[in-house]
Amino acid sequence: MASVTDFSHHDVDAHHEHEHHIPTGWRRYLYSTNHKDIGTLYLIFAIICGLIGTLLSIMIRAELMTPGVQVFPWISAIMSGDGSADAAKNMYNVFFSSHALIMIFFMVMPAMMGGFGNWMVPLMIGAPDMAFPRLNNMSFWLLVSSFLLLMCSMFAEGSPGMHGFGGGWVLYPPMSSQVGTPGPAADFVILSMHLAGASSILGAINFIATIFNMRAPGMTMFRMPLFPWSVLVTAFLLLLSLPVLAGALTMLLTDRNFHTTFFDPAGGGDPILFQHLFWFFAHPEVYILIIPGFGMVSQVVATFSKKPIFGYVGMVYAMLAIALLGFAVWAHHMFTTGMSLNAQRYFVFATMVIAVPTGVKVFSWLATMWGGSISLRPPMLWAIGFVFVFTVGGVTGVVLANAAIDRYLHDTYYVVAHFHYVMSLGAVFSIFAGFYYWFPKMTGYLYDERLAKWHFWVSFVGINLAFFPQHFLGFQGMPRRVVDYTEAYAFWNMVSSIGAFIGGAGTLIFIYVLYDAFKVRRVSGGNPWGPGATTLEWQLPSPPPFHTWEVPPHILGDEHDHAPAIVGHGSAA
Amino acid sequence: MTASGDHDGRTVSVGGRTGRNNRLIGVGGIAFAVGMIGLTYAAAPFYSAFCRATGYEGTPQHVETNTDAKGHRILRVGFDANVAPGLNWRLEPEVDSIRVRTGKTVTVFFRVKNLSDKPTDGHATFNVMPEVSGGYFDKISCFCFSTQHLGPHEGAEWPVVFFLDPALEKDESMANVDSITLSYTMFAPPAEKPTADRAGPAG
Repeated sequence: MASVTDFSHHDVDAHHEHEHHIPTGWRRYLYSTNHKDIGTLYLIFAIICGLIGTLLSIMIRAELMTPGVQVFPWISAIMSGDGSADAAKNMYNVFFSSHALIMIFFMVMPAMMGGFGNWMVPLMIGAPDMAFPRLNNMSFWLLVSSFLLLMCSMFAEGSPGMHGFGGGWVLYPPMSSQVGTPGPAADFVILSMHLAGASSILGAINFIATIFNMRAPGMTMFRMPLFPWSVLVTAFLLLLSLPVLAGALTMLLTDRNFHTTFFDPAGGGDPILFQHLFWFFAHPEVYILIIPGFGMVSQVVATFSKKPIFGYVGMVYAMLAIALLGFAVWAHHMFTTGMSLNAQRYFVFATMVIAVPTGVKVFSWLATMWGGSISLRPPMLWAIGFVFVFTVGGVTGVVLANAAIDRYLHDTYYVVAHFHYVMSLGAVFSIFAGFYYWFPKMTGYLYDERLAKWHFWVSFVGINLAFFPQHFLGFQGMPRRVVDYTEAYAFWNMVSSIGAFIGGAGTLIFIYVLYDAFKVRRVSGGNPWGPGATTLEWQLPSPPPFHTWEVPPHILGDEHDHAPAIVGHGSAA
Repeated sequence: MTASGDHDGRTVSVGGRTGRNNRLIGVGGIAFAVGMIGLTYAAAPFYSAFCRATGYEGTPQHVETNTDAKGHRILRVGFDANVAPGLNWRLEPEVDSIRVRTGKTVTVFFRVKNLSDKPTDGHATFNVMPEVSGGYFDKISCFCFSTQHLGPHEGAEWPVVFFLDPALEKDESMANVDSITLSYTMFAPPAEKPTADRAGPAG
């Protein structure tokens, strides 16, 4: 199939191999300005950080397996030399705070935007590279620096005599101000988030310029596949929301160090203002974490149903609607701060409206599968798993959107269950769907599909077992962010911890899948997925040559179509 | 760096028009991000003004005189006084609570004493709970409107003059509110705050 296109590009690339020397060794990656290499770096970084974040969460679940404080005195003794009960509790707080920050900023975001975005957006729109390749390199190394700062914070003094910052990923003052964390651990976290923010803002500008400006001729906006669309929408969310976080954190930093009083009542400030600014950033942030996943799942579902995505234009507008609404609902995280009834009514209503475009997406995925010739290969398993767990998480989100119910469930394990269903299951499942989908393209090797399916099923069972019982714990009233709890919560905590360990075993399978794929080296060929894979990246050999689309690909079909350009099977003639 | 790393320049310069458009989006994007940071800072005074204007977050209103409108609801108003660490004063209300008819102007006194051997300044922050009542809690006179000064071991009685706006009877958010608490916390002026916080125990 598609032999005509493949042939012509081999030719082009062979020509360029002579012209441009490909850098080798550490220079190739440290100085890299190549979108594929930078994408690979991001993916490796995300996998490493994901493993660290998973390790933290396993330790948290080990602690919560039974009532009492058993595990963290040991961890605290190892990390800070202080095994006392207070140090143990502090270390627990540090662990869940770091777990959240690592998973959000150093696992999901780098994997989705940095990894798959960098790798696939230029390939899918027929661009030779990102618009600003040097900026791209800077984004990546800023993120690495940011991660190192976060690691430093875990070993710096936070609360008096304690190590690390334990105020949660939300960084609310007074926990994060001089009152709660006088030590430099909080400053490290703030500066880390500054760098991560700068990295993402530069990355977002890069994606916007690339997608607006560098598409191949004929690749009009409404012929673009859904993954580049999702990256574009996410880039705008990043550009709008991250500067707000940067501003709020700068205020916090000057409050801590230079006697300003933005959030300090002593000087007329208000800590609630921080919550407003933070959630004005952080609610769009949760859509930043999931919208590229929407894009990846759309590609995978269409490929393995061997049908074009159902309701393409509706899918695009649904993403835009979710992004826009995401900026108008932030205070639903703050129902318990004493808002007037009318403000609560507005935020309840606006939040529930988001269920409509989200429903459009879920039904479009189902309609794409409906009547399709479905092959349940590993990426498709993860994608179907995504649709299931994301819907569960979405439904509990609608429950929490009610201010009256939220009064009861606020800061309980129900909230923990909800956001892990959309993030730890939803976002992560979409990442694995994308990973197993594009792994043969990126490396040129197939993985062991039987093992990859084991990875899916073990993870699916484990993570559901870990998080579903947390709904019950939340309804029973168990507060989140506690190291210890009463006997009444013991049973479901035990179940949840067992699930977490099974999920952890799934991660080990994933590592083995990677090891096996690189060891056995089954050659994948340009397109291992067959006629369903109709986007541009499958026209290239696997792995793609160092430089691609230096001569823009020829996009067939009517430019005024409102459907993704089909460039694969059957269109080469 | 060797000649190997210079592909980016070539990529950006693909077609002058694409390069120009890229730079336009790049500069525009950065300007936009900087603008958003500016708006974030603008949010601080805006939020403060918004709270003062609407009573949001339990911010009582500052008015010149009572409007003399008469209401019929009677609410309990409780008083709470605190002194933040770093200021060696004692502050307490004369009465724990009083019952107030909406529209009626009342005066309560707060007893204060400087327990230290030094003359110091103090500034009170204030709010009312539940927060929705902030818009209906109108203060005519209050020691919290300005910074107060007390000599060594000096004591004083400070009046607070306020009334409850009868308009609260029409607000359904207030329908179930029978009791309002007015709370003060005295702080040392920021400049006098002990700067050794970092080394000492958490304030």
